[in-house]
Amino acid sequence: MNLVFALLVILGLLTGIFTGDLQVINEEILLSAQAAVERIMSLMGVFTLWLGIAKVAEKSGLLAAFTKYMSPLVKILFPSIPKGHPAMGAILMNMSANLFGFGSAATPFGLKAMEELQKLNPERENASEAMCTFLAINTSSITLIPTTIIALRVNAGSTNPFEIIGTIFFATTVSTICAISADYIFRSLSRRRK
Amino acid sequence: MLFKIISTISVWIVPLFLLIVFLHAQYKGIKIYDTFIEGAKEGFWLVVRLIPYIVGIYVAIGIFRSSSALSILTRGLTPVLNLFGIPGEVIPLLITRPLSGPATLGLVSELIDKFGPDTFIGKLASTIDGSTDTTLYILAVYFASVGVKNARYSLPVGLLADVTGFVAAVYICLRIFG
Repeated sequence: MNLVFALLVILGLLTGIFTGDLQVINEEILLSAQAAVERIMSLMGVFTLWLGIAKVAEKSGLLAAFTKYMSPLVKILFPSIPKGHPAMGAILMNMSANLFGFGSAATPFGLKAMEELQKLNPERENASEAMCTFLAINTSSITLIPTTIIALRVNAGSTNPFEIIGTIFFATTVSTICAISADYIFRSLSRRRK
Repeated sequence: MLFKIISTISVWIVPLFLLIVFLHAQYKGIKIYDTFIEGAKEGFWLVVRLIPYIVGIYVAIGIFRSSSALSILTRGLTPVLNLFGIPGEVIPLLITRPLSGPATLGLVSELIDKFGPDTFIGKLASTIDGSTDTTLYILAVYFASVGVKNARYSLPVGLLADVTGFVAAVYICLRIFG
């Protein structure tokens, strides 16, 4: 992550110096810092809302019931999470939110899952295997209803805004299978190195 | 018919989910409002904790994006990707996608406006956007929120997922819409 951060800034600045469009970069630095805070502030409402709702579902036992029902699936993907641990519930809520294109809820549930996974993590500063698997699934997530893109197509006056549901479902299924396999291979390799 | 079902689901899912949560909690005798506030407080501080990380990643991506580095990279990749039948118009999406969601959505919406949502390029751009994710941003935010510094092999796995999502999107669009 440190390397990526450094590379983005250094490559960007060097290209800017060579091509001479430093003025644009000057403006962009300030604008993007401001945009970052505006973005996070605009998310604050939905984050607060969804984590509040999640707490209600957690306390009432609804989440635990749902988790119990789905746990065979989670057990295969995350063998290191003990049975009935709250991390499972949060992971499942994040996966469901992604599947139904329920984007505003996916991130707060995902961050909640990370918090629970961190409690199980023996090394605080290194990502655990479960975290890596979770992020592999999260970044590739199978999508059934891509809400944002449907909205965009409706606004553009599409005669059939839903036409891309099938292709997106296909492509995300392929990428999820690849991500889970790659995660498995990397995990086996890193275990062998130890 | 299928599309009708799906569009109905997308309207019903949030209200229905909320209704089930509230009914169940009420039935179990939970103090709903107090519990909601308890969870919501965590949400507030979570967001505050994330500010420095998001500012950092936004500025780094902003610098990279506003320099011509992106267009140089695109120009270099175009001839190679054209060999595989990938149209030049969607190549910038491959590079922008892992870095920034809003920027990619901007590009997709430009393509849709220019070519029309129901043209091949319009459908391909829509599929690509829905099939890939802002890996870099997600990794930075998710790991930062819990203080993990070493992401281990998450980055290559996430980027691989984006590339396969992109390739699968192009493949299926060529087969179905091409």
